[in-house]
Amino acid sequence: MNIIACVKQVPDTEAQIKVKADGSGIEEGQIKWVMNPYDEFGVEEALKLKEKNGGDVTVVCVGPARAMETIRTALAMGADKGVHICDPAFDNADAFVVANALAAVIKTLPHDIIFCGQRAIDDDSGQVGAMLAEALGLPQLTLVTKLDFAGSSVKVIRPIEGAQLLIETALPCVVTCQKGLNEPRYASLPGIMKAKKKPVDVKDAAAVGIATDAKAKVAKTVPPPARPPGKIICGDEPAQKAAELGRLLREEAKAI
Amino acid sequence: MAKGVMIVAEQRDGALRKISLELASTARKLADQTGDEVSAILLGSGIEGLAAELGKYGVDKVFVGDNAAMEPYITEAHAAVVAKVVKENDPAILLLGASVQGKDLSARVAAKLATGLATDCTDVKLDGGKFVAIRPMYAGKCFGEIVTSATPAMASLRPNVFPAAENAKAGTVVKVDAAVDAASIKSKILEVQKDTSGKVDLTEANVIVSGGRGMKGPEGFGILEELAAVLKGTVGASRAAVDAGWKLQKDQVGQTGKVVSPNLYIACGISGAIQHLAGMSSSKCIVAINKDAEAPIFTKADYGVVDDLFKVVPELTAVCKKLVA
Ligand SMILES: Cc1cc2nc3c(=O)[nH]c(=O)nc-3n(C[C@H](O)[C@H](O)[C@H](O)COP(=O)(O)OP(=O)(O)OC[C@H]3O[C@@H](n4cnc5c(N)ncnc54)[C@H](O)[C@@H]3O)c2cc1C
Ligand SMILES: Nc1ncnc2c1ncn2[C@@H]1O[C@H](COP(=O)(O)O)[C@@H](O)[C@H]1O
Repeated sequence: MNIIACVKQVPDTEAQIKVKADGSGIEEGQIKWVMNPYDEFGVEEALKLKEKNGGDVTVVCVGPARAMETIRTALAMGADKGVHICDPAFDNADAFVVANALAAVIKTLPHDIIFCGQRAIDDDSGQVGAMLAEALGLPQLTLVTKLDFAGSSVKVIRPIEGAQLLIETALPCVVTCQKGLNEPRYASLPGIMKAKKKPVDVKDAAAVGIATDAKAKVAKTVPPPARPPGKIICGDEPAQKAAELGRLLREEAKAI
Repeated sequence: MAKGVMIVAEQRDGALRKISLELASTARKLADQTGDEVSAILLGSGIEGLAAELGKYGVDKVFVGDNAAMEPYITEAHAAVVAKVVKENDPAILLLGASVQGKDLSARVAAKLATGLATDCTDVKLDGGKFVAIRPMYAGKCFGEIVTSATPAMASLRPNVFPAAENAKAGTVVKVDAAVDAASIKSKILEVQKDTSGKVDLTEANVIVSGGRGMKGPEGFGILEELAAVLKGTVGASRAAVDAGWKLQKDQVGQTGKVVSPNLYIACGISGAIQHLAGMSSSKCIVAINKDAEAPIFTKADYGVVDDLFKVVPELTAVCKKLVA
């Protein structure tokens, strides 16, 4: 099986995000960078498929030079090779540009199944998987929590509001992963040593050959709206506090 | 020239989803500022009757694609019809819900139309006639104002954030051809496993009572179920509670769970880690019940009770029972 996993490098979830004074983005100085947590599920599922059915796992990443570290993490987990699309032309890429860049590279690789995260926790946009599927003319299965390989197709579980769908889709297809799918493994020490020797093909914008102007632009980045300070409810006994909370929820917040 | 605001309505089992009314009302507000028309795309089988309800919430014209191929929802089939109707009618703005279906569909349609999409927006506005979509980024640690350089400008709206208000318009039905080439559809729904608990999904709930590690075990959630039942709410959980196996993955709120915006969110025995806040900070009213006065959840709470939840929650349930009676 030829398996592709798309990985993005994002700020660690604990990272403090500071908006630049001119609203042109965020301060990147202090940030610790990690693999997007949803992409860990994708890499894990790719490795599980390979272990069961044989084949090859390629990770593809669009990102600046530092993103090589995330590719190496995936290789250390067990992926076989990487493609790093790295060019300042992609600095302001939106989901559309990223999806087209990934598609341009994936088109040149044999692919039976492609994994993405359901969303990247930096832009929180949740678009690239579906856009990539469209660019490749493939079916998409988004927000998947279980996947079974059935020869020329996959059967997946896809939760929706108030139900779960069991869907069968012909390969090749694009799958976007969410929590529940698997428990991503950690890279082992030998894995980390081996990863250093695995091949990573670095491509610039010219080699990818797509238009790089974003369709959706972040015109301004602003801090979250301030919440008015909350009230701590006083009282001697839990019953007293509960009564006061109930009253405030009813009369002040009109929430019940 | 692209003109007007179009929405993609969402229905399931022959009933409109609440998000459809939120979309209609938001579209109406935008269109009224420029004197434009609101239209809707409604796809399904045997669903023409739903057009009138969209009219009630401010839609002038409903493009109805009534065809067996539209039921149940399959991405490729719906995306093809939506893209076709959009191209034929050239709206300036296209709004969808950031529901599971809307998220899946909106990105596929945006790619087909080669346009920009702002997902999971919490506000939208016209700024000098230009559509601006406002959305949380970095798990709500900052917000982005998104503009689109192509048409239509697309946005998906976070459920439960935008008010739905009646504002009767014609809701004129325009039939559209929703036939799709069966060979182009590579996915098949084998089974729909319905949640029979009768509980509203977290993303659609008006009230959520959530529990964390402080619940001590699965039994602890019993008192939250009782409070939720009185408030007609749904019980959610922190990741710690889900990873401990006390609740299911579908109940998890947060960065790797669901993003929710109920009217009332009651966090019990949840410390308020940044990844949890990511999933619930757009709730309208937040209550925290935690015995640790230093817990970060109190920085987001409108009302905080510092005490043992096992003592406070049953009392609160009793109080609420009287209040809602
Ligand atoms: C990549 C990543 C993604 C994550 N995604 C999520 C996510 O989606 N959702 C999420 O929730 N977390 C997520 N987390 C985990 C998060 O960091 C926290 O570990 C988790 O939210 C803690 O859950 P908790 O508040 O229930 O537990 P704790 O932090 O252990 O807090 C328990 C609280 O209960 C209180 N308590 C205990 N007993 C009582 C009592 N009797 N009465 C009153 N209060 C009591 C304590 O004072 C404490 O504040 C993620 C972490 C990572 C690294
Ligand atoms: N720059 C990128 N490089 C590789 N994969 C990406 C990139 N951006 C997004 N993806 C993939 O698409 C998923 C969804 O991202 P997004 O649409 O940005 O939220 C991610 O989890 C990745 O799997």
